[in-house]
Amino acid sequence: MSPDSSPAAQEPDIPAAHAPPPGLVALFLAFARMSLAGFGGVLVFARHAIVDQHRWMTADEFNETFALCHFLPGPNIVNLSMVFGSRLRGIAGGVAAFTGLLLPPTLIMTVLAIIYARFGDVEVLRRILAGISCAAVGLLIAVVFRMMMPLLKRMDVVVLILMLGVFVAIGVLRLPLQAVLLVAIPVSIGVTFLMRRKVAA
Amino acid sequence: MNAENPIWALISTFGLMSLFAVGGAAAAVPEMHRIAVEVHHWMTDKQFADAYAIAQLSPGPNVLIVTLIGYAVAGIPGALAATLAMCLPTALLAYYVSRLLNRPSQSRWPGLIQAALVPLSIGLMAASALILAQSTDRTVAALLLTAVVAVVASISRINPLWLLLAGGLLGFAGIV
Repeated sequence: MSPDSSPAAQEPDIPAAHAPPPGLVALFLAFARMSLAGFGGVLVFARHAIVDQHRWMTADEFNETFALCHFLPGPNIVNLSMVFGSRLRGIAGGVAAFTGLLLPPTLIMTVLAIIYARFGDVEVLRRILAGISCAAVGLLIAVVFRMMMPLLKRMDVVVLILMLGVFVAIGVLRLPLQAVLLVAIPVSIGVTFLMRRKVAA
Repeated sequence: MNAENPIWALISTFGLMSLFAVGGAAAAVPEMHRIAVEVHHWMTDKQFADAYAIAQLSPGPNVLIVTLIGYAVAGIPGALAATLAMCLPTALLAYYVSRLLNRPSQSRWPGLIQAALVPLSIGLMAASALILAQSTDRTVAALLLTAVVAVVASISRINPLWLLLAGGLLGFAGIV
C-alpha cells in the first residue's frame, strides 16, 4: 500500500521512464535471475528487477498487473511472469518469462528430491531438516500475522469471523478445500457487497 | 487406484487444485497435505513437512513443493508433470484474462471480489501453519523454536534465510 501512495515524490520521471521492450532471451534471463535470488518468495525481487532495475514497467503498471494475478487462481508470481512477459512481447514473451521463472528452480528442486530420496533417512540430515521445518512454520505464522494486522486494526467482526471460519474448516476439521471455498467465497462476496452498500448509503 | 498411472493422477490432482488455489501457494498447502498424505498416501506426514522445509529453503517460487511431491510419486517425470500441472493452466488463464482486461476496468466488481477474498486467503494460510505445526512441533523445544521464529520474523525485518539456517543448526546440534 505505502509504496504506491507517494509515487510522484519518488519517481517524477515516470512517463518517460520506459525502457525499450526486452528480447526473449533477456526476459528469460531476468526472470531466471529473480527466481534464483528469491529465497522464501520471489515477489520482492520481481518488483525490484521489473520496476527499479530494468524499468520495463512503472510502479503503477506493476501494481495493476500484480493485483490481477493475485485475484486469479494459481501461484501469483507464476501468473505474473506469464502476464508480464506477454504484455511486452506477446505469448512468446510470456512463455520466455514463465520458463525463466520455473526451469532453473525446478531443476534444483529435482536434484534436492533425488538427494532426499537417497539420504533422507540419514540421521544428521533428518535432524537438520526437522530444525528447518520448525523455523519454516514460524515464518509462515509471521506472514499470516502480518497479513492479519490490517484486518485486526479495522476490527471488522464479520470479516474476522469469515477468516476464523475458513481456518477452523480447513485446519481443524480438515474439510476439502473446494467444498469450503464453494460456500465461503459467495458468502464473503455477499457480505462485502452489503457492507460497501451500507457505507455508501 | 492411482497405481495404474501415477503421472495422470498427479496432473489431474494439481491441475484441478491450481484452479481453486486463490491466494497463492501457501493457501494451497492444506489441500496438498490432505491429498498427498491423507487421500493418496503418496508421502508420510514427516516427508511432507520435510518437503515444505526444502521448498522454503530453496530459491524460486515456494509453489515448487509440488516438484518434490511429484518426484516422490513418480520420479523425474512425476516432478516435471506436477510442476507443469500446477503452474501452466492458471498462467494461461491469467494470460487470457489479462488480454480481456487490457485497460483498467470501470467495474467495481474486481476490487470488491478481491477484498472479499482477503480474509479467506488469510484463514487458509493460518490453517496451513496449524497443519504443518502439528507434524513438525512434536517436542517442547521444537514448539519453542517455531514460536521464537514467528515472533522474531513478525517484529523484525531480518532475512528469513538466517532464521531457516538457525533452525537447521539447532536441528544439527540435536536440540530440537
